[in-house]
Order: sequence, then C-alpha cells, then structure tokens
Amino acid sequence: MTDEKLSAAIIGPGNIGTDLMYKLLRSDVIEPRWMIGVDPASEGLRLAADKGLESSHEGVDWLLKQDVLPDLIFEATSAYVHREYAPRYEEAGIVAVDLTPAAVGPAVIPPVNGEEHVARTNVNMITCGGQATIPMVAAVTRAAGPEGVSYAEIVASVSSMSAGPGTRANIDEFTRTTAAGVESIGGARRGKAIIILNPAEPPMIMRDTIYCAVSPEADRDAIVSSVFAMEKAVQEYVPGYRLLQEPQIDEPSAATQGQVKVSVFVEVEGAGDFLPPYAGNLDIMTAAATQVGQNIARHRLANGG
Amino acid sequence: MTDTSTRDSLARTWAETDPTSGLDLRLTDTCLRDGSHHKRHQFTATEVHDIVEALDDSGVPVIEVTHGDGLGGSSFNYGFSRTPEQELIRIAAETAKRAKIAFLMLPGVGTKDDIRAAQDNGGQICRIATHCTEADTSIQHFGLARELGLETVGFLMMSHTQPPEVLAKQARIMVEAGNQCVYVVDSAGALVMEQTADRVAAVVAEIGHEATVGFHGHENLGLGVANTVIAARAGATQIDGSVRRFGAGAGNTPLEAFVGVCDKLGWRTGIDFLTIVDASEDVIKPAMPEECQLDRMTLMMGYAGVYSSFLKHAGNAAERYGVSGAKILLEAGRRKLIGGQEDQLIDIALMLKAEQDKEAANS
Repeated sequence: MTDEKLSAAIIGPGNIGTDLMYKLLRSDVIEPRWMIGVDPASEGLRLAADKGLESSHEGVDWLLKQDVLPDLIFEATSAYVHREYAPRYEEAGIVAVDLTPAAVGPAVIPPVNGEEHVARTNVNMITCGGQATIPMVAAVTRAAGPEGVSYAEIVASVSSMSAGPGTRANIDEFTRTTAAGVESIGGARRGKAIIILNPAEPPMIMRDTIYCAVSPEADRDAIVSSVFAMEKAVQEYVPGYRLLQEPQIDEPSAATQGQVKVSVFVEVEGAGDFLPPYAGNLDIMTAAATQVGQNIARHRLANGG
Repeated sequence: MTDTSTRDSLARTWAETDPTSGLDLRLTDTCLRDGSHHKRHQFTATEVHDIVEALDDSGVPVIEVTHGDGLGGSSFNYGFSRTPEQELIRIAAETAKRAKIAFLMLPGVGTKDDIRAAQDNGGQICRIATHCTEADTSIQHFGLARELGLETVGFLMMSHTQPPEVLAKQARIMVEAGNQCVYVVDSAGALVMEQTADRVAAVVAEIGHEATVGFHGHENLGLGVANTVIAARAGATQIDGSVRRFGAGAGNTPLEAFVGVCDKLGWRTGIDFLTIVDASEDVIKPAMPEECQLDRMTLMMGYAGVYSSFLKHAGNAAERYGVSGAKILLEAGRRKLIGGQEDQLIDIALMLKAEQDKEAANS
C-alpha cells in the first residue's frame, strides 16, 4: 500500500458535483484536482477554487486540452452531455463514473455488484431511487430461495426541493432506468419504479418502500436477516440509511396475487456535506459514486494501472 | 328540461371553445377511473361495457377509464387491476357511440409508452395529473400527447394546499407545455365554496385566453355539487363528476345531481336527466361494492385535507395492524402526504401499533 492517489475531475459544479467534491476530498485513494463548469458565476466553481481545485468555466473541451489529464472523471451534468462526451473520455484513457441516467456503461450498486466492474472505463450510477432500493431487492433475492423474486416494485418519495430540473424534465427516464436496475441488479424477474415529489415544508427526508413478491415456500426469517444485513452494508458508505420498520411479511392472498409480499421501508438522511440532510436522495448518489470511484482507484493502483 | 328564460349567469361556456357542441358545460364522468379506487380496481369487462353504454346513451360527452392511479397504476402500492386497464380502455372506446374516452396518467407512475398504448386502444383525451406544485414534471407528457394529436387536460391535484396565485403559475407551466385545459382538482374534498371560486378565477385569469379551465370535486365535506356550481360560475367550463358519487373517499360530485342542478339553472350539458338517473339505479349501483359513504373516515379526509384515494389503503392497514383508520388519516394529513404515497400509510399504522403496544405494556 502506498499513499498514491488517482486524480479526478468533477464535471458539473451544481449541487451534486459540489457535494461529491467534499466527499472526494476525504478519500485516501482519489484526489479531486479539477472542477469543470460552463458558467463563470457558478457558486460551485468558486467553492472548488477555495478548496484548492483548479476550476474552469470553459467546459470539458478546456479540460481535455490540458497537458496533464485526470485519471477519473465524475460526470454530474446531464445524460445528454455524458452521451456526447463519453467517447472522448474513453479515447483520452480516462475512466468515467457517470452520475447521470445516460447508462453508457454498466450500472453499479456498491454493496451488490461493486467489485464486478472495477476494470471498466465507464460505469453508471443508475438513479437515486435505484441506489436506495436496489440493495434491498438484491437482499430479498439472495434469501428468497430457488424461485427468487418474481416481481419487485419500489416507491421513492423525495422532497420537491431536492429534485432538479433534469429529473423533472425527464421523469420517465427515472422510472425506466430504476425499473431496469431492479431487474438486472436487484434480480427481480419484473421490476417497477414509482417516484413521488413531495413539496412539504419543512422538507421531508427521502423515503423508499420496496415491495417484493416471493414464493410461499420462501424462508421468511432468512429474508428478514438478509434485509438487516443489507442495511448495515449500505450504512458503511451512507450512515443515514436506515430501516424505518422491521420488514413486513404478508402471507399470500388475492391482493398479493398468491405470492408472499415482503415490504421494506427505508429512510435516507444525507450526511449534510454540502446538501441539506433531507436530500438523502442526492447524498446516496454522491456517496455511492465515491465508493465506486474508490473501488476503481484501488483496483488500478493495485494493478499498476 | 332546460329553461333558458331563467338562465343563471356563467362567466364562460364550453360553446365558446367548441361552437358546434351547443353546450354551456362539458361534463366528464369518472366512475370508471376515480370509481376504480372505490372498486379496489376490480372492474370487469362487462361492467365497463355496460356503464359506458348507459352513460353514452344519456349523453355524457366524456367518459374517463383507467386504473384509479392512472396508467401503470396496477401495483402493490395502489392495488392490482383485475382486468388490464388498456383492455378496459379498448372496450370503452368500442362501446361508446358518441362519447369520447379519456384516460389519466400521473408522471412518476405511468410513462409515455402507456400514453401511446392508450391511444392505440381508442383513448382520445389524455389527462395528466401532477401534485399542484409539480406541474413541470408533466412537460414531456403534454409534448408527446399533442404530437400524437390527443386532446389534453392537466390536473392540479390537492389544490386546497396552495393559494390561487400558486395554482395560476402552475397552470401556466402546463399550458406552455401544450395542455389545453387546466383542472382545479379538490382531491381531498377539502375546498369550501369561495376557496374553490378564488382558485378557478385565478387560473381563468392566468390562462383563460389560451385554454379552458375545469373543476374536479369530492364529497368529503358534502360540498361536491355546491363547489362545482360555484366553479362553473367562476369560469370552469369542463366539469368532472361520477354518477352515484362512484369515486374515491366519500366519492365525487354526483354527476346526475349536478345535471339536475344545471337543468334548474338553465345550463346546457347535453345530458338527459331522466336517462342518467335510470343509469344510476339500474347500471351503476349494481357495479358498486357499496355506496360511497360520508362517514367517520371520509369526513376525516375532508377535514384534515387527505388525498381521497388513501381511504381503502388506510382501511386495509388499520385492519391488518389493529389500529384506528381515522388516526392513520389524521397522521397522513399531519405528515402532508400527497397523492401516490400510499406506502407511507403502512408506516403510520406500524407507528400507531408500536404506540398502542407501549401503552398496553405500561397499563
């Protein structure tokens, strides 16, 4: 083990990018060195400069012209921007951790498949709702026996204040991308995602409900233990992630279409690095991206990459 | 039996929007959408066929058919549909001779693909509902609906939670996105008379030159018809109701009663009062699991401003965990839950149960 670090640029000095910067500044394997935006008046660029990062409002084109390039890029812009620039990052040999729903690279949920994609050049963080709920779908899948989870449905409620213009303009992308992750990473044969933006004041802390349909033969106790174990695994990088209630088991009925219904209720309180604590939905994205970036960094440092 | 000699004043009429209609107000029946909540989403193909046929015969110009929570609503969270909603939309469209079939979608629950499918099945009016502060989540859906040539309607749900000027601004967002009619939606049945008029008037003032305005009422304080009359006087020309109140909570504005009131006020709806009253007794009543009641639970919703569709879910959770359904609803109001957050009612029931168990242990 050396004290060597990989260098990183954050693209997009908005709420997410700025919060991510505070998390990366604490990393022992990543050094955030650049903050890139397009608006000279950006508060995020100013904060980054204060923290000793090189800040530029001249966009990615400026960054890619520098003599020294970053090892890692954290994309906190939009799906549209990331799709456009992803090939150029790849060409320049820069690994991209994508916090937009662009889904250019494979999706990663740290406690589920965090080690699988450490050698990739582009990984995607799905959605905030996905980061908060897919671990629990996977926890139920692991313990549900040979028939697994036939259907999983997640309901994410977030404060309106924490849903930016990108999410609002393309809310279908959230439901589609999250549902796809519930299936591909959570392991459910069919997935569905619902998102609610609640404007209550004071703002509500992010809440998520995960419903899974499992076989009547499934071991209920094993499922409950697996859910509690997953809570601990997520808490390692999101301390404010917690079960609100014990997992609820509903025995088969017409309302559950003959399956056992497992309901898991979680709350995600943010660490308050830059974003307010109610915005757990944004915190879990930046925390997961940090985790994924560090996994990649450790892999590359260990393999001389 | 419209007596035009004693015609009550209307700020605007539907005929100004659609001169060939000859209607002062255009009514939409939502038994087969809002009533889906009361029916726990268990409509059969036959019931939908029979209800559409009866409503169409009485001259109802628009009939809404969808899962109670809109396209894609069939789920653990809101209840699974007995018959797929797209099939019900198709049956309705095939059955109606004159009426247009409308469908509802909530951004965050349904998607653009669901809208395309509903149109393929014969739906002609796309109604998109958001909480009344979140209109900007509907922009992509209105864009698609207009591109597909669908008529559009936007719902500002839980309108009692916001002042008139906020609703007007949200209405503006929907109209800019391509919406042709903004509804003030009293999802909790909590608006009282002038509060309805002020909200409708503010929306009319903001978007009245470019779009029409509608009102959707609930009966949780017994004010469905009264609120609807006052909304019409304030300029709403599209009106929702459900025959026999068949809807969420204590039900919707009873459409047949409102038709009778319109006759008395000289407002032309194109609906025959005697025919729709017969439909209510002979066709709608047999399809209802029970009448929509103004009881402890539903009164609590109007009083605490709780989303009407929470009723059955609060009842389920109360029964499952042995706690008070009325207390669940009051807590839902205190937490400022909005449409779609049915999952949180289970969390509330578990919290009440823990309190109850603690008290029992202490006594």
